[in-house]
Amino acid sequence: MEADQSLLPASRIQPTPQKRLQAVLRTAWRFRAFYLMLLPGVIYFIIFRYFPMYGVIIAFKNFAIMDGITGSAWADPWYKHFKEFYQSPYFSQLLSNTLLISCYKLIWGTFPPIILALLLNECRVRWLKSIVQTLTYLPHFLSWVIIFGILLTLFSQNGGLVNRWIVEAGGESIPFLTSTDYFRSILVGSEVWQNLGWGAIIYLAAMASIDPTLYEAAKVDGASRLRMIWHISLPGIQSIIVLLFILKLGHLLDAGFDQIYILYNIQVYPVADILDTWVYRTGLQQLNFSLASAVGLFKSLIGLILVLGANRLAKKWGEGIW
Amino acid sequence: MVKSLDDKIFNGVVYVILGLCGLAAILPMLYVVSVSITPFGEVLRNGGFILFPSEITFSAYKTLLTESNIPKAFQITVLITVIGTAVNLILTGLMAYPLSRKNLPARKFFLLMIVFTLLFSGGLIPTYLVVKSMGLLDSIWAMILPNAVWSFNVLIMKSFFEGLPEELFESARMDGAKEFRILLQIVTPLSIPVLLTVGLFYFVGHWNEFFQAIFYVTDRTLFPLQVIVREILMQSQQPLENAENIMPTQTMQMASVMIASLPVIVIYPFLQKHFTKGMLLGSIKG
Repeated sequence: MEADQSLLPASRIQPTPQKRLQAVLRTAWRFRAFYLMLLPGVIYFIIFRYFPMYGVIIAFKNFAIMDGITGSAWADPWYKHFKEFYQSPYFSQLLSNTLLISCYKLIWGTFPPIILALLLNECRVRWLKSIVQTLTYLPHFLSWVIIFGILLTLFSQNGGLVNRWIVEAGGESIPFLTSTDYFRSILVGSEVWQNLGWGAIIYLAAMASIDPTLYEAAKVDGASRLRMIWHISLPGIQSIIVLLFILKLGHLLDAGFDQIYILYNIQVYPVADILDTWVYRTGLQQLNFSLASAVGLFKSLIGLILVLGANRLAKKWGEGIW
Repeated sequence: MVKSLDDKIFNGVVYVILGLCGLAAILPMLYVVSVSITPFGEVLRNGGFILFPSEITFSAYKTLLTESNIPKAFQITVLITVIGTAVNLILTGLMAYPLSRKNLPARKFFLLMIVFTLLFSGGLIPTYLVVKSMGLLDSIWAMILPNAVWSFNVLIMKSFFEGLPEELFESARMDGAKEFRILLQIVTPLSIPVLLTVGLFYFVGHWNEFFQAIFYVTDRTLFPLQVIVREILMQSQQPLENAENIMPTQTMQMASVMIASLPVIVIYPFLQKHFTKGMLLGSIKG
C-alpha cells in the first residue's frame, strides 16, 4: 500500500518491522474518525457485494438449499454445469441474442445523441434549447414498466394506436410486440427514445469546452455553419465519441436485462432471450441455482475481460483528455 | 449582426429538427395522458387519435384509487423511496467524504474495493442467496439494503468533495472541530448540488423499483407500484374477443401508468440544472 508508506518519515534508516507497524497504527489512529465513517459502507460492500462473489462457488457445486453453500457437494467434474450449458441448445441462441441486441443498441444508440448535441449546440434561441433539453432528458427517468405501457398503447395488436391506423387504412394489424420480426426493433427503438437526450449531455459538455476563437476565426474566413460543425465541433468531440464507444464495447454482454425482461413475452424468446433473462428464469423460477450461477459467472468473467480490455484501449486513446 | 440567407435556412432546419426531437419525446406521454382521461367511446370514434379530448373523465383514476391494489402499492413505494433514499444518501456521503481526503491511509484500498464491484459481480443467484440468508426475503428491506450504495454515486460525490477548497477544512480543524462536525456543518451545506443530483438518482431508482421486488418478494401486499402496474398492463396481453372490452382496460392501464410516473415527471425539471453537472463530474472522473 503506497499511501501508508508516503506517510512514514522519509528517513534512510530502515525501521524495524515493529516500529513500522506502530507508526502505521499511529497514523491510522489519527484518521480514526474517517474510518468510522467508512465502516457502515464497507460492511455493506462486504455483505452485499463481496459475499456474493464468494457464493459464486456454487457454480462448481451441486447446490442444494438444505445443505447451504459450504455444505453442498462439489460438482463432478468441476465444470459440469458449464459443460451442460455449453452443450445445451440455449448456448448459441442466448449468446447470439445477447451480442446482436447489444450491437444494434451500440450502433443505433451512438449517433442520434451526437446529432442532437450538435443541433443543440447550434441552437441560438435559448428557450428552445432549454425546452428541448428538458423534454428529451425526461424519458431517461421513466421506468421500463412505464415505457412498456406507452409501447402497448401505441403498438399493441388490439387497441394500439398504430394498428388502429393500419386497420383503418385497410391493412392487417401487425403484432409489433409479440412477433419475432419486430421485437428487436422495438427494443432498440425504445432504448434510443429513452436515452437520446441523456446521451447528448456529455457531448454537449465536450463542445462547450471547444475554444470559441476557433469558430470566430472560421467565421472571418467565411466558413458556413455546416463547415464549422464538420471541421470544428466534430473534431472537438471526436476523442470523447471514440472513448464512449470503447467503454460501451466493454459492456457488450449487458444487452439490457431490465428492458428485455419487462418487454418480452414467450412468443419472442427466440430473438429476445439473453443470458441475464435466462439466468433469472433458470435460477429463481426453476430453482436450478448451480446451473444459473455457472452461466452468470461465465457472463461476469467475459464481461470483466471486455471491460478491462476496453479500459486499456480507452486509456491508450484518451491520454490527452483524461 | 447581419444574418445571411444561408444562415437563416440553417437556423430554420436546426430549429425544426430540435422541435421534432422534443415532440417525439413528449407526444407519447401526452397520448398516455389523454387516453387515461378520455371516455373510451370518444377514443373509438376518433380512430384512437385524441390529443385534446373534448370530454374529460377521471373515472379510471377513481376506480384505480378505490378498487385496486394501487393505493397499497403506492404506500409501499413511498415508504421504500423515503427510507431508501435517506439510507443511500447517508451511507454514500459517509463513504465519499473520507475517500475525498487524499492523505487517508489505505485510501486506494477502499477505492479499489468500490471500483472493483463496477467490474465484477457475483451475479443474481449468489446475491439472492445472501439476501435469503440475511432473512430479508419478503420484507421491504429486501428492496432497500441490497442496493444501499451505488459505487458510481460514491465516485460522483467523492469528486465533488475533492473540489471543495482545502483551507475550509484546515481552518475548521484549527478551531478544533471534529471530522463528523465538519462533514455535517461545513461540507453538507456546500454540497447541496451534488446531494440533489445523487439524491435524484437514488430517488428515481427507488421510485422505479421493480426487480428487487420480483427477485426477493413473493408477498403480494409488499409489491411496489411498478410491479402492480405491470400486472395491470399484462392483462391485455391475452387477445380479447371483443373490442369494447379492451378500451376500458386501456383507459385503466394508461391511468395506472400516469399514477406511477407522475412524481418523477413533476420533480425532475426542478433538479435538472443540478444533475447535468453532477453526471459530468461522475463520468469524467469516474
